[in-house]
Amino acid sequence: MTDPALEVHDLHLWRGEHHLLRGIGFSLASGQFLRLSGANGAGKTSLLRTLCGLIWPEQGTVRWRGADVHSDLRAFHAEMVYLGHEPPLKADLTARENLRYWVGLRRAVTCAELDRALTHMGVMECGDRPVRQLSAGQRRRIALAGLSLLPVALWLLDEPTTNLDAQGEELVAQLIAGQLARGAVVVAALHRDLPQTPMQAVRLELAA
Amino acid sequence: MSPAALTAIRLILQRDLRVAFRRPGQLLQPLVFFIMVTLLFPLGVSPELSRLREIAAGVLWAAALLASLLALEFLFREDAHDGTLEQQVLSGQSLTAAIFAKTLAHWLLTGLPLALVTPLAAASLGAPSASWAGIVVAVLLGTAALSLIGSIGAALTLGVRRGSLLLPLLVLPLSLPVLIFGARATQLAIAGAPYLAPLQLLAALAVLGVTLAPLAAAAAVRVSLE
Repeated sequence: MTDPALEVHDLHLWRGEHHLLRGIGFSLASGQFLRLSGANGAGKTSLLRTLCGLIWPEQGTVRWRGADVHSDLRAFHAEMVYLGHEPPLKADLTARENLRYWVGLRRAVTCAELDRALTHMGVMECGDRPVRQLSAGQRRRIALAGLSLLPVALWLLDEPTTNLDAQGEELVAQLIAGQLARGAVVVAALHRDLPQTPMQAVRLELAA
Repeated sequence: MSPAALTAIRLILQRDLRVAFRRPGQLLQPLVFFIMVTLLFPLGVSPELSRLREIAAGVLWAAALLASLLALEFLFREDAHDGTLEQQVLSGQSLTAAIFAKTLAHWLLTGLPLALVTPLAAASLGAPSASWAGIVVAVLLGTAALSLIGSIGAALTLGVRRGSLLLPLLVLPLSLPVLIFGARATQLAIAGAPYLAPLQLLAALAVLGVTLAPLAAAAAVRVSLE
């Protein structure tokens, strides 16, 4: 096996009196996919937020390419994207304005790239409409279009198929497969399998 | 500052101004409050110029402080709610620069308009036209300091339930020096006396705010998002 890119060791997390994560540990090499599952409240979101450095665990370490992520959070963040439950979009802006901002924080993005991403996700016609007028599924697709424009080595996805139809779920599977083929690491919390589960998938079931 | 941080500041400024102009009601609220208070006060107190001039500085600054507080609640709360603040933290760019950009946008949308209508408010409170320039400069500097101080309070109350009630309790005591020096500069300008000293103190508060407030607010945002 090649050197692990993402290593998690003996992770413990408390939320108030509740011992949520109890000694979680795993390691993932480039091109590997980890599917997190578990009942509601089992700690999938908390684990993802701990992996991306938004939450500091009480015990344990998260290492990216051998270095503790908290030793240089900004450098780590430049290499990863976290997509939470809600698409990070401003309701008053159009889809295009949202993506230009979100992707623009990380790299320059052209109109042609935006068009390609929106077309690929099947929401080209929504590009110039305010996000508040769009359905939850369309918002999710726009967020996924943004995700596809971010060339980073680690994707942390929290229920990326929420509100998507069967075709949307296939698009998510394709996006993840493409990202893995580029040698990236993907960790996703999913309640059910994707239409084409990547061969490199590792499963982690969190107990409630 | 790195080119990437400057790009982030430009993008945040553009986005926040664009969002604000698509919600004119929210944008105009502090301005309308300020104009209403300063225009209604003379009707309620006395039309006598000498009496109005005595209370002008206090009324003007209390109204400016409260108007600035009105918009403060929205500084980070909506971004935290829709997940865009989290994306700023995770973008790999300087969060301090992002907070500075957001605070600058807040000042451009609240402090600057207040300063622009200050001559109208000053006139209604009997201030001579010769004093308007000094009062406008004082309001420009004072509202900048208020936005910066307020950004710390807004960040600290981000993760707190009923944070909007806690916010004035946190921010008002820290804002008292701005109120005191601003009112003093306004009093002196109305009296035709030299007002440079309190203006310099206001400028010092604004510079101190630019230096420290984004750092403190960025730390508070990180804690609030946990």
